[in-house]
Amino acid sequence: MDFRDTPDEAQFRATLRQWLTDSLPAGWSERTPTPGRWDEAHSREWSRKLYDAGYVGLTWPKEYGGGGAPHTYQGIFLEETARIGAPDHIGGIGLGMAGPTIVAWGSDEQKKRYLPPLLAGEEIWCQGFSEPGSGSDLAGARTRAELDGDEWVVNGQKVWSSYAHIADWCILVVRTDPSAAKHAGLSYLLVDMHAPGVEVRPLRQITGDPEFNEVFFTDVRVPRESMLGQPGEGWNVAMTTLLHERGTLGFALTAFLERQVRSLIRLARHVGADDPVIRDQIAQQWIDLQALRFTNYRSLTALQKTGVPGPEGSVAKLHWSETNQRLTKLALSLQGLGSQLDGEGGVWDGFWQYQQLRSRGNTIEAGTSEVLRNIIAERVVGLPRSR
Amino acid sequence: MDFAFSAEQELLRSSVRDYLRDRFGDERVVALAESDAGWDPASWRELVDMGWLDPSLGLLEHAVIAEESAYALLPAPWFSTVALAWPLLDDALRDEPVTVALGGVVAVGPGGLTGTVSLVPDLGSVSHVIVRGDDDALYAVETAAASVQVRSTMDRTRRLGELTLSSTPARRLDAGPASLALVRRRALALAACEAVGVAQRALDLAAAYAKTREQFGRIIGAYQGVSHKVADIFVAVQLGRSLAYWAAWAASEDDPQADVAASAAKAAATEGAVLACEYAIQVHGGIGFTYEHILHRYYKRAQWLEAFEGYGREHRAAIAAAILDSEGAVA
Repeated sequence: MDFRDTPDEAQFRATLRQWLTDSLPAGWSERTPTPGRWDEAHSREWSRKLYDAGYVGLTWPKEYGGGGAPHTYQGIFLEETARIGAPDHIGGIGLGMAGPTIVAWGSDEQKKRYLPPLLAGEEIWCQGFSEPGSGSDLAGARTRAELDGDEWVVNGQKVWSSYAHIADWCILVVRTDPSAAKHAGLSYLLVDMHAPGVEVRPLRQITGDPEFNEVFFTDVRVPRESMLGQPGEGWNVAMTTLLHERGTLGFALTAFLERQVRSLIRLARHVGADDPVIRDQIAQQWIDLQALRFTNYRSLTALQKTGVPGPEGSVAKLHWSETNQRLTKLALSLQGLGSQLDGEGGVWDGFWQYQQLRSRGNTIEAGTSEVLRNIIAERVVGLPRSR
Repeated sequence: MDFAFSAEQELLRSSVRDYLRDRFGDERVVALAESDAGWDPASWRELVDMGWLDPSLGLLEHAVIAEESAYALLPAPWFSTVALAWPLLDDALRDEPVTVALGGVVAVGPGGLTGTVSLVPDLGSVSHVIVRGDDDALYAVETAAASVQVRSTMDRTRRLGELTLSSTPARRLDAGPASLALVRRRALALAACEAVGVAQRALDLAAAYAKTREQFGRIIGAYQGVSHKVADIFVAVQLGRSLAYWAAWAASEDDPQADVAASAAKAAATEGAVLACEYAIQVHGGIGFTYEHILHRYYKRAQWLEAFEGYGREHRAAIAAAILDSEGAVA
């Protein structure tokens, strides 16, 4: 057991820290957080910088443009970027979900075609899993794809698709065999978002921001070979995507929560935190952050030793989402009636107001807390299925 | 970065687990808990012979034994000896069951020590108790030479006692009061490890029951009202375990974060153990509320640990001071 960096890791960390300081505007880490309406052009530019410096796809195979480094390096990358508050890479869905699934299931040709532009941030990916009639129940997907000659013809509707409005590609779960049993009738397509018949409509969330989209597919023609796995294997392929979403996501969640805790401490110093009850609650958020961090380390060690994330990894997203909800409510409570101002004149121009509202989605997106508790109870603890 | 015990440490874990399963099954633990002495003094020799008090063991080895012995609810003063007295022990005390009276100071006089210290863990089952004199030195006292009053304690496997000294002979230890900071840090980390063992047992009991008990024609574990409580116990166990191991490692390495780690682990793991036991009792329904069932004994140990060396709020106050009152101390 040793939590210190190896000499190589320490070297990597020091180089990265220097690079971040040099590459971000002067005084970046001291700036006040703002609601920061997302700026696509800046995000693309930053993503390109990260790529050129070799910090994108650190753990991916070298032959497809990755760095071939152990998982700890990705962890160090996320810790350091969180520490300084660096912006996120624009291709989060591609890097976290589409990419690892293509690495696991794709043909050589597919890997060569899709992975390099994904890493470079030249092609953005989105996810087409949830539908109006199937949210948590992914296997109930009804968007269908029928073979017509050498093309799949796709018809249906997806929802809650982040980045779809700027995406070039979509990982799409479709029903290719309506006569097969629920899970067995699914397939996994890679769909060109610029193809005729794809329509994206933004969905405004309770924050007022259109971060998600609805995506409509009307007679969209997809080449027969643009599929991961065989027809009928879609469920297994999708599980790979979700495993990565819920597995390696741990570091990103820790990094996010670390930023939140740092901002909370900054806020508390700003407004003055003498109240022992408030101090108690702030300390609890800090403890909850450390619990997430070290649970993630434990999961990573299991992953490195055995190749699969340990059972402890399944708690990360559940714990993270509920912690962030408590933390953001606490941050509002430090602001009195001023907590109701969500723009100019409010604290940090409404940063916390945005964060608090946004946090309500945390226990819904990427597996609701109810689904995650089912997974823990059934697959980890071994209780009988609830349905 | 490597967050795993070594092969040797895992081997130690298996041997501890095997021994406890063979020698300290639930039935014997209950019988000992209900006995006047509260433990079997003859078992001390077994622990020594197995190397549980070997001076070569480090804090990570102690962490493993603490977790496993709490899982079995081992009634023996091993915790007081190792989680409290360990850094103060010298050759004369080696292999003896020893506790530390942290809650007071006694007067040092020409004829010996005089004074009263209450709430001393395991006082009735140790041969020596270490006390702090009003000259700031530490002294070892033979319990046989003192007046010992063991108090009725909710956790009958870890009773608290009152020590009264009146010109009682004592031996001054080389270890000074500066060692008490290390004593406390170790005590918090190992209490957290014990809490993990308690919570794990609560999880195992709750899961086993939820897999077999039927109501309304179904196994109750299929009801989400039950299964989600079990999932929450699992979460508490995992989070507590991560913090407890971190704290043990940090204390063993004298890491700069050792004190906040110890406080975080102690607060979260012991509160997690209390929650785990409460949920496990709820999952069991009426049977979980009976004296006959083993669960209440774990619940009482969890509460003992939560109360030991400061409830969670005291530790959170210390953490708040560390992260709010000094610039750049956040990690």
